[in-house]
Amino acid sequence: MLGLSTVKNEMKHALLFSVFIVASCGLAYELIAGALASYLLGDSVTQFSTVIGTYLFAMGIGSWLSRYVERHLVARFIQVELMVGVLGGFSAAALFFVFAWSPAPFKLALYLVVAGIGVLVGLEIPLIMRILKRDLVFKDLVSQVLTFDYLGALAVSILFPVLLVPHLGLMRSGLLFGLLNVIVALWAWGLFREQLQNFAWLRVQGGIAMLVLVVAFAAAGELTSLAEAHLYADEIVHAENTPYQRIVVTRWKDDLRLHLNNNLQFSSRDEYRYHEALVHPGLSTLPAARQVLVLGGGDGLALREILKYPQIESVTLVDLDPAMTRLFATAPPLRKLNQDALLSPKVRVVNADALQWLEDNDDLFDFVVVDFPDPSNFAIGKLYSSAFYRLLNKHLTGEALAVIQSTSPLYARQSFWCVVTTLESVGLVTTPYHALVPSFGEWGFVLAGRRAYKAPTSYAVDTRFLTAETTPALFLFPKDMARVGAEVNRLNSQVLVRYFEREWRQVIR
Amino acid sequence: MDRRQFLRSFASSLAATGAASLAGCHGARTPLPPGELLGASLDLGHRLRDPRFPPPGETRQVPVVIVGAGVGGLAAGWKLAKSGFAEFLLVELEREAGGNSRAGSNTVCAYPWGAHYLPLPTREATAVRELLAELEVLQGDPRAVKPIYDERYLCATPQERLFRDGRWQEGILPQVGVGPVERRQYQYFADLMAAFRRRWDGLGRRAFALPMALSSDSPDLLALDRISMHDWLLAQGLDSPHLHWYVDYACRDDYGTGSAAVSAWAGIHYFACRDGEAQNAGSETVLTAPEGNAWLTRGMLRSISARAGDRLLGDAVAFRVAVPDCASPGHKIEVDLWLPGEGRTLRLLAEQLIWAAPLFLVPHVFVGHEALKEAARDYSYAPWLVANLTLSGVPDHRPGAPLAWDNVLYGSTGLGYVVATHQRMRLWSGATVLTYYRAFDDRSPQQGRNALQDTPREVWAEQILAELERPHPEIRKLTTRLDVFRNGHAMARPVPGLIWGAARQRFAVDGERLRFAHADVSGFSLFEEAQYRGVLAAERTLRRLGVRFASSLA
Repeated sequence: MLGLSTVKNEMKHALLFSVFIVASCGLAYELIAGALASYLLGDSVTQFSTVIGTYLFAMGIGSWLSRYVERHLVARFIQVELMVGVLGGFSAAALFFVFAWSPAPFKLALYLVVAGIGVLVGLEIPLIMRILKRDLVFKDLVSQVLTFDYLGALAVSILFPVLLVPHLGLMRSGLLFGLLNVIVALWAWGLFREQLQNFAWLRVQGGIAMLVLVVAFAAAGELTSLAEAHLYADEIVHAENTPYQRIVVTRWKDDLRLHLNNNLQFSSRDEYRYHEALVHPGLSTLPAARQVLVLGGGDGLALREILKYPQIESVTLVDLDPAMTRLFATAPPLRKLNQDALLSPKVRVVNADALQWLEDNDDLFDFVVVDFPDPSNFAIGKLYSSAFYRLLNKHLTGEALAVIQSTSPLYARQSFWCVVTTLESVGLVTTPYHALVPSFGEWGFVLAGRRAYKAPTSYAVDTRFLTAETTPALFLFPKDMARVGAEVNRLNSQVLVRYFEREWRQVIR
Repeated sequence: MDRRQFLRSFASSLAATGAASLAGCHGARTPLPPGELLGASLDLGHRLRDPRFPPPGETRQVPVVIVGAGVGGLAAGWKLAKSGFAEFLLVELEREAGGNSRAGSNTVCAYPWGAHYLPLPTREATAVRELLAELEVLQGDPRAVKPIYDERYLCATPQERLFRDGRWQEGILPQVGVGPVERRQYQYFADLMAAFRRRWDGLGRRAFALPMALSSDSPDLLALDRISMHDWLLAQGLDSPHLHWYVDYACRDDYGTGSAAVSAWAGIHYFACRDGEAQNAGSETVLTAPEGNAWLTRGMLRSISARAGDRLLGDAVAFRVAVPDCASPGHKIEVDLWLPGEGRTLRLLAEQLIWAAPLFLVPHVFVGHEALKEAARDYSYAPWLVANLTLSGVPDHRPGAPLAWDNVLYGSTGLGYVVATHQRMRLWSGATVLTYYRAFDDRSPQQGRNALQDTPREVWAEQILAELERPHPEIRKLTTRLDVFRNGHAMARPVPGLIWGAARQRFAVDGERLRFAHADVSGFSLFEEAQYRGVLAAERTLRRLGVRFASSLA
């Protein structure tokens, strides 16, 4: 009798301890899903609140379902543990992959996973209580089980932000808790092995689950980068982290694409439309042009168009990132695309901050191409300010023209006209125009100089997109892109960034 | 903090930690960055308490001596030189001129060691406008209602942000989660300040002018100098805790002293005096540069050198000043200078003296003049600490508003930090310098000074990093250098009774041979005040000397 009650006591304590572990795991999955959703989707209040709500509701369903488990309580408990271990353990990794693959079904997957784990976790405590019911009176049962349940929750809620997330990351934390669930399952199998003669296969399943989780835990680092590979649908032919940006070149059939910090820069299928429109309307009207400056444009594609003019003596290309200009000067498919423009003896590549370079030099140019990223934040917004255009103006010869890529006059209409207004505010004469570039949409450019501009009536160089006949149409703005009022983009107001943010938010939605 | 706010800050800090860990950061402790403990020359200054210096070995005749080459002294020199008068000498305790507007620089950027901005000048700040026009920052007519300013000096957007409950918001007045009752108080406070800003008296003086000497002396306004800003707010029925934090922050930031200790006149002056406008900027825009206000003091020094040659004698401690009571040619003013670099004493014999050093030094240096010494002892001074943190990169973007020029932490002991590289136009915001400010209004000024004197740099560095870690968990990893600058007597504290009391007015009068030109004469430390006092003293001196000049103040 004495021996038997010791075993029972040991079993009781073990089960109560497993309540602690199970409760910890339960809360951990909820926190992981909430944190991951906040990280990937933003708006943490909404994410946390909907994840917690779904999870608690699913737990209610699980608790209700527990009434239908009538026999083999221990074996069912072990099965539930194994399922929670695998599903919960892989939840973070799986959700990460789903998001990388396509953000659209991510929310659906998120709530399915959260609901699934919730149902299983909801089953756990009722089952344990029923197993323990044989050895404890009701009031002790409720008091002890719930005490450990809440203690487990407390432990994780403290460990999660302090230790787990900073040191393990979300993916590994999930896998770690999955392992804990599986260990509880195997432990329970050990405790009740006499009653589980017919369930030996559970132990095998447990072993497999454990192995898979351990392997995944060890390989979590590689998993993260694998997930990233799927952020791009196409084959990655080059990926590089520079101090300034992440450069990724992808290929799908004959389409080469450049992404900087996950933003598409060009597709080789239609980049000629963009770069011809950027260079020729301006440069073809300047037969006397000798010195050209390109700000940005380290891919050499604008250079390729500029070098078509034999009278050009030198082109200075100022691009911040040496890795960009090196890549486009060395990689064969990219050299083919820019026709070795970066290797031309006429081209001088300067790897410097374009702004600093403009401040430190006083060289004059006949034609300037300003090809900066869109004004999506205050730092880049400065490159579209009146102060910047004043600085640019100091580098123009009397007859010179500058061309500025100015985002989409269709999607970001007021932003586009804000660039025009700002150029005019420093005394430059502007000529806005636009062209259709399928991978970007309807795109806008502004020519600026100190004199009136007259569009070319013919092109002396080879083009694939532009013709003399269609050129006048570039300068016509249909009703939905027609000029709208806009304030001058000053450094101390940065209205352009606000326009741009508002307009593109409406497009993406 | 209510439950909603708690949940929000909990959720966002979780999300941020999650993001940081996904980005591969780990929370291991990094050692403190290297740096230096700097400060207003403490040892030299303290020797003035018991001045035992060798007798003068050399005597030099200088018609006008200006003691102190901060904003006041430089402004006096600037006005003298502009008026074609070059027979003066600027004497400065520190090696470098500039006072509270000094700056440092490293390979990353220039950065301030003190004052870092100038609000758009008011219409009555004619001398400030004249200086800005000379420096080509104000373009066109310097007296225009809305001048055009060089946009490189107009603070770029975003100008300010506030960190509260784990989130950055635009602007410093708390907005997120502030209920309608408090918002009505915000509005009422703004209306009261706007009314003061628009109020003129029968003599055409503004209620709160900048320079303050041009303010109305209407008795109901002067009564404001007898209560604290805190009590005045409560008397108006304003008890919003967020509004009180905001007003207290403004007082600490400008006066180094909290709203409970600052006089309501000074507190209101901060909000009601600034009505400067610009053609190309909003009226709340300030003028700033990477080096803080040093471009203004350096500009004045350049102007002096161009017109009058090198007039600055640095590293010179004026330890004894004897101003004879009656002006007779035989009795010159004696200014004895200890030159620590040369290890000798130099005596200047002057006709006229402009004292442009802080007034707390007067009792230690002047011979006789007991009434002035008594008046000087009425002043109390706020201690102040500035730290410059050199960062290898800008801190990560956290939830809410992006990095601004001035970044304030709600409910923090520090006053936040300004970003020295903010005005630069660059594609790539790489390394930067953050200038962190701290007042010591949480203790008595003397306790603050003791702390400044006794605390090693490492303790300050640890405190500052721990504070900035709240919004920027990665700050320790980014900080490559952390220098600390202490100033035990940074500025006069405009406590009730100082500004409109008798002691201060003693220093504002025009003496026969002695004039005071320091922000202390106005009672609070603002560039506009110091410059006004300097120009005024120079013009009074020129008048005594019979030199013709065009006034900058009329």
